[in-house]
Amino acid sequence: MKINSPLDAYKYLPGTNCGRCGEDTCMAFASHLIDRSKSGEDCLPMVEEDKYAKKLEELEKLLAPEIKEVTIGTGEKSVTIGGDDVLFRHKLTFFNKTAYAYDVTDTMDDKELEERINTIQTFKKFYVGEFLTLDMVAVRCVSGKPETFAETVKKVIGLTELPLVLCSFDPAVLKAALEVASDKKPLMYAANQENWKEVAGLAKEYEVPVTLFAPNDLDLLKSMAKTFAEMGIEDLVLDPGTFPTGRELKTTFENFLKIRRAGIDGDGEIAYPIMAVPLTAWMAYDDDVSASYWETVVASVLTVKYGDIMIMHSIEPYALLPEMHLRDTIYTDPRKPVTVDPGVWEVGSPTADSPIIVTTNFALTYYTVESDIASNKIDCYIVVADTEGIGVEAAVAGGQLTADKIKKTLENAKFDLKEKTNYNTVILPGLSARLQGDVEDKVGSRVLIGPADSGRLPGWLEKNWPPQNK
Amino acid sequence: MSDKLKLSDLNSILKDLDVESLEGVTIEGDIELDIQGGGGMNPAMAYALGHEAAQISLHVANIARMLGYPVDQLFAQCLGAGGETAALQAEPAIEELMQTKFDVARSSEWNTPIQEVTLGATSADGGSRGHTITLGGEKAMPFYFDAEMPNRNYVTMDVFDMPISMAKSVKSNYEDVMGDPAEWAKKVVNEYNADMVTIHLISTDPLINDTPAKEAAKVVEDVLQAVDVPIVIGGSGNPQKDPEVLEKAAEVAEGERALLASASLNLDYERVAKAATDYGHAVLSWTQLEINAQKELNRKLMKQCNVPRDSIVMDPTTAALGYGLDYAYSNMERIRLSALMGDDELNFPMSSGTTNAWGARESWMKESPLKEDSDWGPREYRGPIWEIVTGLSLALAGNDMFMMMHPTSVQVLKEITQTLYGNIEAKTPDITNWITAEV
Ligand code: B12
Ligand code: SF4
Repeated sequence: MKINSPLDAYKYLPGTNCGRCGEDTCMAFASHLIDRSKSGEDCLPMVEEDKYAKKLEELEKLLAPEIKEVTIGTGEKSVTIGGDDVLFRHKLTFFNKTAYAYDVTDTMDDKELEERINTIQTFKKFYVGEFLTLDMVAVRCVSGKPETFAETVKKVIGLTELPLVLCSFDPAVLKAALEVASDKKPLMYAANQENWKEVAGLAKEYEVPVTLFAPNDLDLLKSMAKTFAEMGIEDLVLDPGTFPTGRELKTTFENFLKIRRAGIDGDGEIAYPIMAVPLTAWMAYDDDVSASYWETVVASVLTVKYGDIMIMHSIEPYALLPEMHLRDTIYTDPRKPVTVDPGVWEVGSPTADSPIIVTTNFALTYYTVESDIASNKIDCYIVVADTEGIGVEAAVAGGQLTADKIKKTLENAKFDLKEKTNYNTVILPGLSARLQGDVEDKVGSRVLIGPADSGRLPGWLEKNWPPQNK
Repeated sequence: MSDKLKLSDLNSILKDLDVESLEGVTIEGDIELDIQGGGGMNPAMAYALGHEAAQISLHVANIARMLGYPVDQLFAQCLGAGGETAALQAEPAIEELMQTKFDVARSSEWNTPIQEVTLGATSADGGSRGHTITLGGEKAMPFYFDAEMPNRNYVTMDVFDMPISMAKSVKSNYEDVMGDPAEWAKKVVNEYNADMVTIHLISTDPLINDTPAKEAAKVVEDVLQAVDVPIVIGGSGNPQKDPEVLEKAAEVAEGERALLASASLNLDYERVAKAATDYGHAVLSWTQLEINAQKELNRKLMKQCNVPRDSIVMDPTTAALGYGLDYAYSNMERIRLSALMGDDELNFPMSSGTTNAWGARESWMKESPLKEDSDWGPREYRGPIWEIVTGLSLALAGNDMFMMMHPTSVQVLKEITQTLYGNIEAKTPDITNWITAEV
């Protein structure tokens, strides 16, 4: 973004405070433009009235992120990468989480291909109310044959809607694949020093985004980016090479830092998303576990520092889970409140005999607990205390989870334990055991102390619910 | 491109255009017009351009844009710049790469190096350690190109003064030494390549064994005997008991320049600080994910307790991957950036309780408690990588020292942090043709 204060953005707005954007004032709207939670087009008068057209255009230019956004694929599964404005996440937030692509080759037999693709497109892990998933398939041309490659790409398209990266340095191979895949808007990989002219021709002809590959040569990378932009090809992704080990890995890391810093600092000629290829770790290690571990390590480094898209090989859960979680860690919006609404909520179809469990309104806690229960088909009530978005242990330590809070939550929800349930018993998290006496006194119910981790609740309930005597 | 443009050419180029639109156009540029003869000049054209055209140089691209006509192509054609295809494309086809140099500035904001803190003392300094370890000294964010990183990251491995419950894949490495802290310490140093050892005196907790401080101090002596690396001495986390335990431990370790873990705002930090200054140790300043609390505690340690700057290390708290690492990461990154920009209350090396990663269910549970989740795979591989990724991300945020547990995690974390530090020579593969690599 070329401007950074709401006042700067305000100058371009109508200034009528009409409220159609959902904000009370143009100034309030302007601050949302700066934090990027709203865009210029949300001000309807600017869109509708000709007299504002020019201002809107200027404004959008000023608001455009420093790092260009590139969209790969079509439809619901398409991914957008790039779009960042800051070098450190706490300064705003990072946009468009790193897209993770996993490879297949055109030398795999049908069965292997199908199995890998299935894993890639179905792998999921529940986390804070949604599933973490993988994004893309990278098809590598190992055969060297255009027809074989095109054939494989066709098969892959038949198997998945995930966006593709088409990998070959041979323009003839790329062309054959684009013939069957260009309407899916795949990412072409890659133009290099030798083939760039032909690949540029393909990018224009088929209107697809393209990666520029210049291993450890930032001058060349920038020269290519500049040349492509001059030709009108601006959906670019930069691959400065991922050297998997030794000093070259250090250099790789520095290259990522340099490109991103230059881009954010305003060097538009290199302000594009960056690609990493941690898959190269497999060229450095022979045994699968070591290679997979090292690949995850390289992917982690480059997820934290500025990789926008990456190609990896291991689809072992012990590689995928940390990768997905780390990406979520880095791309979570640090400005977002992490709470759910307090109250008494039903999971499944609870009856008067169902357990009543107490937890906090910290989203991570709530969703963890809720999914542990729901996934095991347990009907129950969850009493979600308003702990101001703090998890169990910290809320007990900090005084946000107290007997009074639990009592208040029940009262506000008009949930009378004696009336609505048969056991007048609540279950507290194991980590809040010290509240037991207090809750018994204030709420006037019996209190059971559950396990420390709600993942153990189902097994625990089997043994401890219903309570022995009423 | 030729820098001389014949008006007759211009005339022929423009003759089919609607000359009305030339009105009001100012022609500028530095291309000299070379007018030959007078014949064939379109009168309307001549009118529009007037005699100015005879003198004013004009910029081809400029005119094209002002007119709003695709004259570029026509120009290109008549100037013989591109031939057929070029004339048809909106953008010029480019035959040669437009050579340009990449350049990026070094950060001008990072002007204050992080305080260096040395742990351990050799016989030359009145201790008995085989070597010392220096943390800190950075002048830039970790591994950045802005300035050389003077000291690498270090790993201190956990040793407990009693058997404790731990994840299965961790425990299997220590079953033979649990209950014997000295042997445990030897194992992590000799077999697992620990740079340092942390002896956690957790049995001193009144709710556990309530081991008297004096007795606990003996364990510290045993560990100092068993290994010659610098050590960290940890209490049980009980705020009432810890000051006393750390005092006694500091006393028996006098001269060894250990790190006392920890001073925090919720215990008598003055006593811990005094134990450190009296017996020549450093102190770990521990706060919980709150940058202002960290400033406050550091300030108190310096101003109120007179702990020298070269004797403070910070632990701003490590939350595990998936369990609040986003807070821990940004907290450390902010602390380190403020320090580099001159905040002298945050200008200290950092330590991470990376072991916390083993609290995340993904690291230790046999399988996901959720039926909807994909299979989590074997936990033997999941656990160590959870500890690695937790530590590694914090290394990138500025953390200097890692308290860790699993031998594989230690090995890999050391490998990657030292690679980024520039310490590891390895023949890296040729990646120019990675696409066809057999993996
Ligand atoms: C992230 C974190 C914070 C964040 C909190 C962010 C947030 N929104 O919650 C911040 C920075 C704000 C924070 C602050 C503090 N923290 Co803090 N924090 C942590 C940390 C690192 C992770 C906690 C976490 O998010 N866990 C994940 C969630 C999902 O866990 P959970 O809510 O407990 O839910 C699990 C279980 O409780 C159980 N469960 C939940 N509900 C239910 C219900 C039933 C019925 C059952 C059976 C089970 C169950 O299952 C869940 C999944 O496993 C822990 C250390 C650690 N454990 O790694 C320290 C920790 C919790 N914090 C601690 C402390 C002391 C504090 C502070 C008091 C520090 C201070 N002096 O300022 C403040 C208090 C702030 C406040 N309350 O206002 C201590 C608590 C010590 C104690 N036992 O008393 C801890 C353990 C660190 C430590 N070792 O000292 N903290
Ligand atoms: S819609 Fe536009 S003009 Fe109306 S208040 Fe919002 S920003 Fe102002």
